[in-house]
Amino acid sequence: MAEKLPEHPDFLWRNPDPKSSYDAIIVGGGGHGLATAYYLASQHGMTNIAVLEKGWLGGGNMARNTTIIRSNYLWDESAAIYEHSLKLWEQLPEELDYDFLFSQRGVLNLAHTLQDVRESQRRVNANALNGVDAYFLSPEEVKEVCPIINIGDDIRYPIMGATYQPRAGIAKHDHVAWAFARRCDQLGVDLIQNCEVTGFLKDGDRVVGVETTRGRISAGKVGLAAAGHSSVLAELAGVRLPIQSHPLQALVSELFEPVHPTVVMSNHVHVYVSQAHKGELVMGAGIDSYNGYGQRGAFHVIEEQMAAAVELFPIFARAHVLRTWGGIVDTTLDASPIISDTPVEELYVNCGWGTGGFKGTPASGYTFAHMIATGAAHPLNKSFSLDRFETGHLIDEHGAAAVAH
Amino acid sequence: MLLITCPHCGPRDEVEFHYGGQAHVAYPDDPHALTDREWAEFLFYRDNAKGLFAERWQHAVGCRKWFNAVRDTVTYTFQSTYAAGESAPNGVAATHGGTP
Ligand SMILES: Cc1cc2nc3c(=O)[nH]c(=O)nc-3n(C[C@H](O)[C@H](O)[C@H](O)COP(=O)(O)OP(=O)(O)OC[C@H]3O[C@@H](n4cnc5c(N)ncnc54)[C@H](O)[C@@H]3O)c2cc1C
Ligand SMILES: [Zn+2]
Repeated sequence: MAEKLPEHPDFLWRNPDPKSSYDAIIVGGGGHGLATAYYLASQHGMTNIAVLEKGWLGGGNMARNTTIIRSNYLWDESAAIYEHSLKLWEQLPEELDYDFLFSQRGVLNLAHTLQDVRESQRRVNANALNGVDAYFLSPEEVKEVCPIINIGDDIRYPIMGATYQPRAGIAKHDHVAWAFARRCDQLGVDLIQNCEVTGFLKDGDRVVGVETTRGRISAGKVGLAAAGHSSVLAELAGVRLPIQSHPLQALVSELFEPVHPTVVMSNHVHVYVSQAHKGELVMGAGIDSYNGYGQRGAFHVIEEQMAAAVELFPIFARAHVLRTWGGIVDTTLDASPIISDTPVEELYVNCGWGTGGFKGTPASGYTFAHMIATGAAHPLNKSFSLDRFETGHLIDEHGAAAVAH
Repeated sequence: MLLITCPHCGPRDEVEFHYGGQAHVAYPDDPHALTDREWAEFLFYRDNAKGLFAERWQHAVGCRKWFNAVRDTVTYTFQSTYAAGESAPNGVAATHGGTP
């Protein structure tokens, strides 16, 4: 039997009208914006704050992603922030008093070429040095973790091994958004939906508020967490970001009895799959190469992903696709996020999480809240500033980001 | 799936093409004169237009030529495609990237 989903509380948050002024405004009611507001209120005592969302809370990438959570990144900076995030995930269900089905069922990142094997072993060693749980498994050991996987060598890209992070897993993404939203609301945060930010109010080089579809709102500080639209939004404030927005697609099958006990990702053949609590197979693909904002992508990307999935998991050949969809991800050239101040005083950006920001949700909010409240970077996000593109201190995570972009 | 008109071969399926990002980004005239900020602009900053965007494509498994296109990044429809070296129609062009 598939796992039973938690009941929804009937009352999650109020829907207040915007006030004329707040100490801080967060633009974007996705996971990152909500987590930021939660930590601003719970850690920094800032409760005269609002989250402004143009659509509905959690309706962006937060509701479109494949929910994989892990921290096996290569570089020290990334290992630090993603591992901090994983530790927060481990305590959040209790802290937020909301069971969002965080399931630490492990993740396998497959290697299909000799170069993949070497890169994977290097990453496992780097992870070990950073206190992240990680192992390199032989094909036989991969099959022990995930019995439905095909380790035969008669396919185009046979499995030559995999990294394994046992503490990795998945969570129910909508419930994560609702858990943060409910607690924000309890702490006095105004969550305002159907409120699009259309401009910024400035006094010289300093931001003093925003223009919205529901009127002008003044603010002491403004934090942007708008994922796919981060550069469009920042441009309205006169800030240019090194971001490109691309469609990323995912799909689910009909419901099945539990067959797939872990999470499997392959960077090389571009598929990542887990089985949701209810029983759907949830699969993601690579990004479409072109820039786009249409929240849909090309069919051939899904075709390639399915071909790879069926080679790796022959039993998937009998599954029917129930639904496909796309989100818009904001990518950077080093495949690492930006959590930074900007040339405009008291205006901060949190963006560039690309294809992998769901796992970062807690740490993203935690560090961004620190930055907005104190005006200075937290040690965990210091390296993720905008000026790395000028100094050249890039954090190149193309290998560990796992979806090529 | 996009149907893309190569200016040399005519309409072909998207899978024949390779995407090359923003078009009309000029290599700096005098690279030695650039500040770190200007280098960052040249290497890492590109327009990310929501709407009409001038971009480069290569007909990778056809004539192999690079060419330019103006495409709407919301509807994904192509307004025009034109040979490399020609200027963008209707004044749609790079606003940044590289020296003027
Ligand atoms: C198909 C797919 C699969 C993915 N799989 C994974 C995965 O397995 N693991 C993982 O870690 N990550 C994954 N990701 C990435 C992850 O979803 C994102 O990095 C992350 O969700 C981004 O942060 P967010 O939740 O705040 O963004 P969003 O939920 O997109 O929030 C941004 C919000 O800003 C709002 N907004 C934009 N402009 C304005 C404006 N002007 N005014 C007001 N509001 C505005 C939007 O409406 C939106 O709700 C995936 C993404 C996609 C699309
Ligand atoms: Zn051609």
